[in-house]
Amino acid sequence: MKAPDFDYHRPETLAEALDLLARHGEDAAIIAGGQSLLALLNFRLAAPERLIDIGRLTDLKSLSEDHGHIEIGGLLRHCDLQASPLIARELPLLHKAIGHIAHPAVRHRGTIGGSLAMADPAAELGACCLALDGEFLLVSLQNRRWVAAADFFLGVYQTALRADEILAAVRLPKRRPGSIGIFDEIARRRGDFAMAGLALAAQTGDGGLSDVRLALLGVADRPILAGKTMAFLEGRPINEARIDEAAALIAGEIDPPEDPAYPPAYRRHLTGVLLRRALLELCS
Amino acid sequence: MSNKLRRIALTVNGEAVEREVPVRLNLVDFLRHELGFTGSHVGCEHGACGACTVLLDEQTVRGCLTLAVQADGCAVRTIEGAGENELMVDLQAAFHRLNALQCGFCTPGMLFSAQELLQANPAPSREEIRDYLSGNFCRCTGYQAIVDAVQAVAQMRHGARHGGRHGAPGP
Ligand SMILES: Cc1cc2nc3c(=O)[nH]c(=O)nc-3n(C[C@H](O)[C@H](O)[C@H](O)COP(=O)(O)OP(=O)(O)OC[C@H]3O[C@@H](n4cnc5c(N)ncnc54)[C@H](O)[C@@H]3O)c2cc1C
Ligand code: FES
Ligand code: FES
Repeated sequence: MKAPDFDYHRPETLAEALDLLARHGEDAAIIAGGQSLLALLNFRLAAPERLIDIGRLTDLKSLSEDHGHIEIGGLLRHCDLQASPLIARELPLLHKAIGHIAHPAVRHRGTIGGSLAMADPAAELGACCLALDGEFLLVSLQNRRWVAAADFFLGVYQTALRADEILAAVRLPKRRPGSIGIFDEIARRRGDFAMAGLALAAQTGDGGLSDVRLALLGVADRPILAGKTMAFLEGRPINEARIDEAAALIAGEIDPPEDPAYPPAYRRHLTGVLLRRALLELCS
Repeated sequence: MSNKLRRIALTVNGEAVEREVPVRLNLVDFLRHELGFTGSHVGCEHGACGACTVLLDEQTVRGCLTLAVQADGCAVRTIEGAGENELMVDLQAAFHRLNALQCGFCTPGMLFSAQELLQANPAPSREEIRDYLSGNFCRCTGYQAIVDAVQAVAQMRHGARHGGRHGAPGP
């Protein structure tokens, strides 16, 4: 239960880190907060030849805003985001979700970049970024590219990140007048990874919801959008009959993986319950 | 110098420490085996139980999910060095008085989490106490007495400052 041996590098600048990755990417692992990686190393589920510790790269710790967006440095920790008044004001969905991530001691070290790069299918932040239609900045020595959240997650622990890339920043649209953001999940214990969860972003108006984006976590091999249910909710008022219909629709729409502890039917049921709760909250 | 060893300089319980350590060594093993601070315990070694909780730059962290080299340049505090803090002394006394420990394995981590909660939120509800301590497992007490102890300290300290009386813990 101890980490295997590795070489350790602690670059002082982003350029130095990217250079190390360009040379060693395939055999190296980036370490940010270590809250997922060190558990994998202790269990010997991973054994990279070297660790590149990006924890001191201040370039990746900024939080900024322009007229329509918030840009979050990849190294900002869960606790930094939870304490930020800017996030609470402009990204209420994200703010609500962070309290569901693990426990305080883990939030003091875990980072947004690490959570997204880890791509646990039940991670809160991935689903929020998908619901908010966010983009991630991936940088390497040669290249910089923005990848939409919808194109980033490829499977369980699989992402579009290449071996020589760092997830440097996350760009999310600020809330607009009339926009709503609801986050909810069901976990066995506080701080555990959720069995199912939901991140809902939309505009509200006289005609009901518009620009609906409904992302789910814990019910597939990656965070997913519930497309049929989104279309069903778009542009119509919500009432009790429609809530029942929407809950049935979403339970049928998803196809959770086989899992001895939580059979697919149970996760479908939980997702219906979560959607019902979210829509009732909107009605009240 | 090999990349498998690295020299680190930090403070532990207020005293400067400098050591060459294997890079794969985690912080809690460093504290226990190199420095003899065995008050930080090792349970699950994958972040689940909270027995290894210490303060790193005044915030609780998992000692098993932090490498010693990541603490280079930082200030670490273990339970052995926690007694300078008045709130901690009150918590320790309340844990003792209200039977909030049996074997004591979880206690150092529990105390650090409780201290951090009461620093940020001097009058938490029982629900908030349970929530904040959710990352610290106790296999003995059933938690009730731990929540009682934290609440008793909150009521004593907060109540005293706000003219309230010393209340017994509620349900
Ligand atoms: C007890 C416990 C409970 C938890 N519960 C939850 C939970 O409920 N929900 C949840 O979402 N998470 C949970 N986590 C995980 C936690 O959120 C981690 O902080 C997060 O998954 C990883 O962030 P990190 O900075 O620690 O990354 P690390 O562990 O350092 O790295 C994780 C992976 O990402 C890569 N990586 C890290 N940063 C970057 C980057 N900037 N660019 C490219 N690659 C990078 C690493 O190479 C590694 O493969 C839990 C962890 C523990 C220990
Ligand atoms: S030993 Fe670190 S959390 Fe269990
Ligand atoms: S007192 Fe024994 S584990 Fe808590």
